[in-house]
Amino acid sequence: MMEQLQQALPIGLVFSPLIGVIVLLCIPRDKAGWLKGVGILATLPPSVLALLLYFQFDARAGGVQFEQRLPWFQIQLPQIPPWEVAFHFGVDGLSLPLAVMAALVATLAACASVYIQKRLKGYFLLFLLLEVGMLGVFLARNMFLFFLFFEVTLVTLFFLIGIWGSIYREKAANRFLLYNGLGSAFLLLAMIGLFVLFQSLDYSRMQEMAHDSRIQAMLAQEPVNNIVRGIFLCTVVAFAIKLPMFPFHTWMLRVHAEAPPAVVMIHSGVLLKMGAYGLIRFGVELFPQQMQAFAGVLALLGLINILYGAALAFVQNELRRLLAYASVSHMGIILFGIAALNVSGLTGAVFQAVSHGFISALLFFFIGSLYERTGTTDIRQLGGMARPAPVLTGIFLAGGLALLGLPGMSGFISEFLAFLGLFHEEPGLAAAGVLGLVLAAAYTLRAVLKAGFGPVAEQIKGMADTRWPETAPMMVLLSCIILIGVWPDVLGEPMKVTIQTIASRIGG
Amino acid sequence: MEKYFLDYDWTVMAPELIILAAAALLSVIDLLLKEGGNRRLLGWISLAAVIGAGVVAAQQLGDPAYEILSDTYRVDDFARVFKLILLAGTGLILLGSFREMDREGKEARGEYIYLLLAALLGGMMLTSSADLITLFVGLELLSLASYILAGIRRKRTDSNEAAWKYVVMGGVSSAFILYGMSFVYGLTGTTNLYTAQQRLFEAYNSGYEPFVLLSLFLMLLGFAFKAASAPFHMWAPDVYQGAATPVTSFLAVVSKAAAFSLILRVLLGTYLFLLQAGPWQELVAPALLVIAAASMVIGNTAALRQTRTKRMMAYSSVAHAGYMLVPLAAVAGAMLFESTIYYLIAYLFMTLGAFTVLMVVERETGNEHLASFAGLSRRSPLAAAAMTVFLVSLAGIPITAGFFGKFYILIHAVTAREFWIAAVMLVTTVVSYFYYFGVIRMMYFRPPSDGKKVPIPAGAAVVILISLAGTLLLGFLPQWTLDFLGQMDWMSTLSPVRDTLGQ
Repeated sequence: MMEQLQQALPIGLVFSPLIGVIVLLCIPRDKAGWLKGVGILATLPPSVLALLLYFQFDARAGGVQFEQRLPWFQIQLPQIPPWEVAFHFGVDGLSLPLAVMAALVATLAACASVYIQKRLKGYFLLFLLLEVGMLGVFLARNMFLFFLFFEVTLVTLFFLIGIWGSIYREKAANRFLLYNGLGSAFLLLAMIGLFVLFQSLDYSRMQEMAHDSRIQAMLAQEPVNNIVRGIFLCTVVAFAIKLPMFPFHTWMLRVHAEAPPAVVMIHSGVLLKMGAYGLIRFGVELFPQQMQAFAGVLALLGLINILYGAALAFVQNELRRLLAYASVSHMGIILFGIAALNVSGLTGAVFQAVSHGFISALLFFFIGSLYERTGTTDIRQLGGMARPAPVLTGIFLAGGLALLGLPGMSGFISEFLAFLGLFHEEPGLAAAGVLGLVLAAAYTLRAVLKAGFGPVAEQIKGMADTRWPETAPMMVLLSCIILIGVWPDVLGEPMKVTIQTIASRIGG
Repeated sequence: MEKYFLDYDWTVMAPELIILAAAALLSVIDLLLKEGGNRRLLGWISLAAVIGAGVVAAQQLGDPAYEILSDTYRVDDFARVFKLILLAGTGLILLGSFREMDREGKEARGEYIYLLLAALLGGMMLTSSADLITLFVGLELLSLASYILAGIRRKRTDSNEAAWKYVVMGGVSSAFILYGMSFVYGLTGTTNLYTAQQRLFEAYNSGYEPFVLLSLFLMLLGFAFKAASAPFHMWAPDVYQGAATPVTSFLAVVSKAAAFSLILRVLLGTYLFLLQAGPWQELVAPALLVIAAASMVIGNTAALRQTRTKRMMAYSSVAHAGYMLVPLAAVAGAMLFESTIYYLIAYLFMTLGAFTVLMVVERETGNEHLASFAGLSRRSPLAAAAMTVFLVSLAGIPITAGFFGKFYILIHAVTAREFWIAAVMLVTTVVSYFYYFGVIRMMYFRPPSDGKKVPIPAGAAVVILISLAGTLLLGFLPQWTLDFLGQMDWMSTLSPVRDTLGQ
């Protein structure tokens, strides 16, 4: 009995937000208080289940745990056995940290949704569906399911940006749809290609085959290897758009600037990480040889991300755009970690994904409450915020310090690991990347000092400080950041075995 | 043994006979009823007939193939499944349009109903034809009834224009088909599709290759017209826009499905020998691939610029014809019938659903401009939500029927190693997001011009709900339909039935 319950944990986690959806459907749409309350409460079960999953996870055993498959459908194919697709969920060391982070950020983003004014019912419905999508992406053990949930996040986010965003929301939503639609097409192509190669879309099965030396030899032959390379590139492009990697990043700037802050918390905190997760899950795990050949390019692209994002963040006056460029820069560090293809690099990449998830969620929560009070996020119109709103400024300062990678906070340890990994492989690029860290300190401190200190600006004279319903969630985020910073094992332990397996398979 | 009239098992034709009887009965009742009298009864009778025919056809599923009328009429699983699709489509259209035709004046209503049944009968004959003559009769019955249906809004110039265009272009396409058939008869001396296959093979080997191929391509052009695929899609936007919305959805769904049964039957029943003989790979498959690719590209790009939703849906239907041609073009793939028919069923639900919502909106605002959809999420949240599902499905996004259908077709294409058509399909699908999401944008992002509620007539509401359920179930629980299609005996479609009587 106990065992069965445990088995059902991942599937329960993925679909638990649907309870909230059903309750919300029954509430009339003019009951704003009820809708908000239910909307926030509905994100609690996933968080609780995710933490339960975290504590039940046997870090020493590694491998895939809590695996559950319920038959779904099968397609008859000639010559080969019928292709079965199951509702197949489970966690391993790679997906667990990201899933827990996603669930926690979702709960806190729901708290930040109190600033939403209009059409609350629709908002929370879509929000919860988005949560189902992102949890499903991380917990699926089958690429077909992965793709389905990936698309769920796309459609729901399109609505969330387009209806509740600021002035240029439609444009942002369209741009988002264009780029991510294209990314999905690449992903679908890659998925079908992988199916043809491996005759299965099960992660475990695909990994097994990808690392079977006989099959590797077969795939390395002349006509087939071009197809394999094509599939690999499709995979990389699909997730490069999501991450986003340098030439594909413009959509994400608009989303950061236009979407409501609570949605950006999810978007920047969790959804971008789906790109990193996909790159590791499919790129590194299924294409070891191609990935090794491609690692240099990936590191170079990572460097461009880091420097380009940091340089542009330095000249932004609009806080949201600044943070958007900062995200580009930080995603570059993830690319660094992946390109290193060794234990510390990959660990650093996952650390960075989780840590940046919490940090950007915290900063966009701050943006939300700032905008609510001042109606602006332009640092030229802010200044001396510390006097009327000391707590809010303190949180901003803390978030900023985390962003620039202060030791003792999660950003430091992640960046350290990623860089350490790359220094082994590409010392030149890694050294150049360190410049990004200097720039990070510059742009973050510039923003924090300008907005928080100095003479009090006209616009914010009568500004009120945060109240506890806002402070508490931000404190939770901050404590997660500090917890990872001072006790990295809390994050590193569960992923250790999995990362070691991945790295040893590619010989890193 | 010579077979006579009553030696045949006529029950296999029961679905057609029910529809025929109903159409005849309704035309008589319509004459007897007072002018301007209430014709609601006609609608119910027609619906009952369609349902009855559907039940009979469904019960016959799985029976062995049977040919009657001197092997000219063939009832096999292929025909039965297509008949069920045609009947389901027509039934839903009838149910959804009970109130719609009142707007065109009471006298139009009776005509509309029995013409719809006549067109349906034509389509059903088309699916069951094993002979060029019955094939052409079915095709013309479908076409002629459709021409009149397109012009049934007789007081509107665009409806008249639509009918006129449809007649002229349709006449030309019939001529193409007939010309192609004449070559088949000339070469073989038979009109039976399956006998013709053998003799065409002989003719092909004795130096008549160009004529064999000419006959095929002429028929292919006629088919392209009926299915509204490139290069003969030009009529579709004008006719779709001019015709009354239920008629448009009939053309988009039922007429197109019938056209696909035609092309599958003719190509696979009569010309499959080309696969062994060689020119299939060199000529036929490339031609089909080009038609499919051109339909996808033209349909999806032209739809981007439309501001009238019915024109947009017309181009969208061109694109979907392209998707559905992919399995046939990649004939070496594993799931030709299954993937085509799965997509047809998915297409039926999502397109009919979208057209029904469109009809409801058109009733309220008086036109089908994109702007009529502004703020639909406030004026009728349920209609907007349903429309969103239909559009998302048409765009091929999970967890909907459209996604699974496309995925199935893609798997089929890839097993046949037709990679580039799969790539074209994916890219044009992304393009299609724009116009489908353009409607969603109107419904959800733009404020309504007035706050008036959009009332949904009961019949239309039922159709929307059925289509919604169908769209979601086919996407979420594909196994039922896969099992259903897997049980059918498709292979018998390819070969003639030998003497089924008395043995």
